[in-house]
Amino acid sequence: MNLDITGARIYYTIPVLGGIPITESIVNGLLVTLLILGVCIFLTRDLKLRAVSTRQVIAEFIVETAVNFIESNVGSALTHLAPIVAALFSMSIVSSLISLVGLYPPSSDLSCTLAWALVVFGVITLTKIKTNGFGGYLKGFTEPIFVFTPLNIVSEIFTPVAMAFRHFGNIMAGSVISALVYGALAVASSALLGILPGVLGDVLGVIPILQVGIPAVLSIYFDLFSSFMQAFIFCMLTVQFVGQAAN
Amino acid sequence: MFERAIVLACCALGAAIAMISTFAPAIGEASIARAAVESIARQPECKGDITSTMVLGCALSETTGIYAFVISLLLIFAAPGIFMGYL
Repeated sequence: MNLDITGARIYYTIPVLGGIPITESIVNGLLVTLLILGVCIFLTRDLKLRAVSTRQVIAEFIVETAVNFIESNVGSALTHLAPIVAALFSMSIVSSLISLVGLYPPSSDLSCTLAWALVVFGVITLTKIKTNGFGGYLKGFTEPIFVFTPLNIVSEIFTPVAMAFRHFGNIMAGSVISALVYGALAVASSALLGILPGVLGDVLGVIPILQVGIPAVLSIYFDLFSSFMQAFIFCMLTVQFVGQAAN
Repeated sequence: MFERAIVLACCALGAAIAMISTFAPAIGEASIARAAVESIARQPECKGDITSTMVLGCALSETTGIYAFVISLLLIFAAPGIFMGYL
């Protein structure tokens, strides 16, 4: 039974500032970015006002969905968030779904989700400063009374940390459980079929027959459903937090 | 050798004990789902809103479980290496 639960492999280390590693997740993240960029360029070529093509209908549908999502959650005052939310959603879901073709998903690397969460944190902080002014933003830490200042600072810091850990933990948990089940099924099938007498047991005991089918069912939950759910939750939380900040 | 065995065993035990705490988010999410089902039964026309709010609540209450999972991952994969360095 050999389990392969590793982090992102390091391809190359740039020898500056004590070595910056180029990991699998960076390469796959760039791949995902290029993929999304390609799809966006393909969908938005030669836009027209009349006699629109199927491509343009799809592009308009995506943009309208993003805008409607924000409007139904926090009202139409924040529709300028639509590009960043749509970018986060597409990046998150494609990053998670890339594991279906056997590549290492960048979203099961904490650095990647933490980067997204820090972007969201920046947007939240900017919205707060824009709504209340810089003094009002600092004064917000002393609400309701000044004794709560350390608690407020901790809860402020933990907003991006919780978002990053939630996304990372869910995707990582999925891959760890899938790997464990895959390994356990190999052991189970060799133990079950190995007790058959003679050559039959020797031959069938080596082939992990139980590994057929069951991991696919898990993959539907952990890869498809969970990826979609986490992308949705990440965007939902982004919109809700920014909506709170704008009030 | 003996110290190494103790370190590894304690890391594994710690990871297992950390994962016990995941029963709490499970109960929390169950109560959220129950409340959502009850309100959908009362007002079926609000199904969409209730579902999206339920997903958000589940995500927030799941955070503690995720923390436990991350801590147990750290205890399994990172902590033995760190503690072995002290020996």
